[in-house]
Amino acid sequence: MRRRILGALVGLFLAASVPADDQKFITLASTTSTEHSGLFEFIVPIFQAQTGISVRVVAVGTGQALAIGCNGDADAVLVHAPAAEQQFVADGCGIDRRAVMFNDFVVVGPKDDPAGVLGADTVAEGFERIAQAKAPFASRGDDSGTHKKELLLWADVGIKPTGAWYRELGAGMGAALNTAAAMQAYTLADRATWLSFSNRQGLSIVFQGDQALHNPYSSILVNPNRHPVKVDLARVWHDWLVSEAGQTAISQYQLNGHQLFTPN
Amino acid sequence: MGDAFAGAAWLVLAGDAVLLGIVQLSLQVSLSAVFFASLLALPVGAAIALYHFPGRGAVIVLLNALMGLPPVVAGLLVYLMLSRAGPLGSLGLLFTPAAMVVVQALLIFPIVAALTRQMVSDLWDEYHEQLTSLGTSRLRAIPTLLWDGRFSLVTTLLAGFGRATAEVGAVLIVGGNIAGVTRVMTTSIALETSKGNLELALALGAILMTLTLLINAMAFGVGELAKRRYE
Repeated sequence: MRRRILGALVGLFLAASVPADDQKFITLASTTSTEHSGLFEFIVPIFQAQTGISVRVVAVGTGQALAIGCNGDADAVLVHAPAAEQQFVADGCGIDRRAVMFNDFVVVGPKDDPAGVLGADTVAEGFERIAQAKAPFASRGDDSGTHKKELLLWADVGIKPTGAWYRELGAGMGAALNTAAAMQAYTLADRATWLSFSNRQGLSIVFQGDQALHNPYSSILVNPNRHPVKVDLARVWHDWLVSEAGQTAISQYQLNGHQLFTPN
Repeated sequence: MGDAFAGAAWLVLAGDAVLLGIVQLSLQVSLSAVFFASLLALPVGAAIALYHFPGRGAVIVLLNALMGLPPVVAGLLVYLMLSRAGPLGSLGLLFTPAAMVVVQALLIFPIVAALTRQMVSDLWDEYHEQLTSLGTSRLRAIPTLLWDGRFSLVTTLLAGFGRATAEVGAVLIVGGNIAGVTRVMTTSIALETSKGNLELALALGAILMTLTLLINAMAFGVGELAKRRYE
């Protein structure tokens, strides 16, 4: 009896532990903004219907996404940090970088706007006002595309953000927005995540529309000479993104009546 | 707040395919991890209790310390092993449920081994004269003592299971939280929290707690029944 129960258990666990999957798929390392905004949920089924290939998305910060790609653990990446992307290709980690789509960053802050960012003409001026007022600012601090952008913006105005008002969180965009809402702090967010974020409390957009807040996304294939990645299937996805079908799908994705990404 | 709970409860009752898939995967991964870890940890724990060898004290201290192995460290280690850039990369296990079973088993092993060692040690102190007078070798005593302590072992296994279902850091790193492939309860909760859907996240948490409660109640019930039969 005991033996039979044990035998049944062994069978059950062996059968359950690794689900069979002989479907064609690629692994894509991408950013939290593209995943959390629901873009992949919308375009991946369209891509799959047209090509029969499914896309497994690992959504992390751009820094980690590029690391996963460089280790050969994804077949392609879709990220947003131009300088880091160029480095990724220069290091031989990826090939064939292509511009796919863009949206923009927004400066988010408490509605009563203690630093007076609402009156600023440029994002640089807005950042200067936050620093001067020493108003709480929540930085991603996680080497993501948004974090890199924020550091560039501080560098542009010649301010080295330090002090109790500047809070490095080391968190993803959503977690950073949750924290900023709780602290009533300013933060830099990509528009897609902001629009899909539901726990805003007292936060609203305090600055938007500067050319400096442009946020381009690129698709890069992981270098097949380095790791045995599925380059052929990944290339189908890579080509589809910039094809008419792919670009149309991206432009059709809307959330609450807002288009989140503009195809290139 | 109530709406989200009602909504989540409705998803479960209505048999929402996505949510049920997530619940099923959570249970499969964690139960498999408990199973495979225990297969090794039970005899190893018992052997450490019964045999004396040089460095035994250090092994016991190490096992006890590893009960506190941070999941994120375990996740990182398994990631580095299973990455294509790592030694076991050719297996292609990264970002699959199998990788999640491996990392959870790694977290469970020290808990089950350390608690088993303690239990068997205590039983051996109690019975070793009796067992040696019957001519039972230490090797033969392992299954005997494990069987004798089976009711305490259930609690040990539940501790391991609890560790597995509760952690998020390790499965996030090696599983990647891929929708429909490696998304489990805890990674869903983390995801919904970062989307700002706090009520839905909390409701998912309530479902996870209810499941854990049910499994513990079942284990308790089975234990009580078995005890009654043997008394």
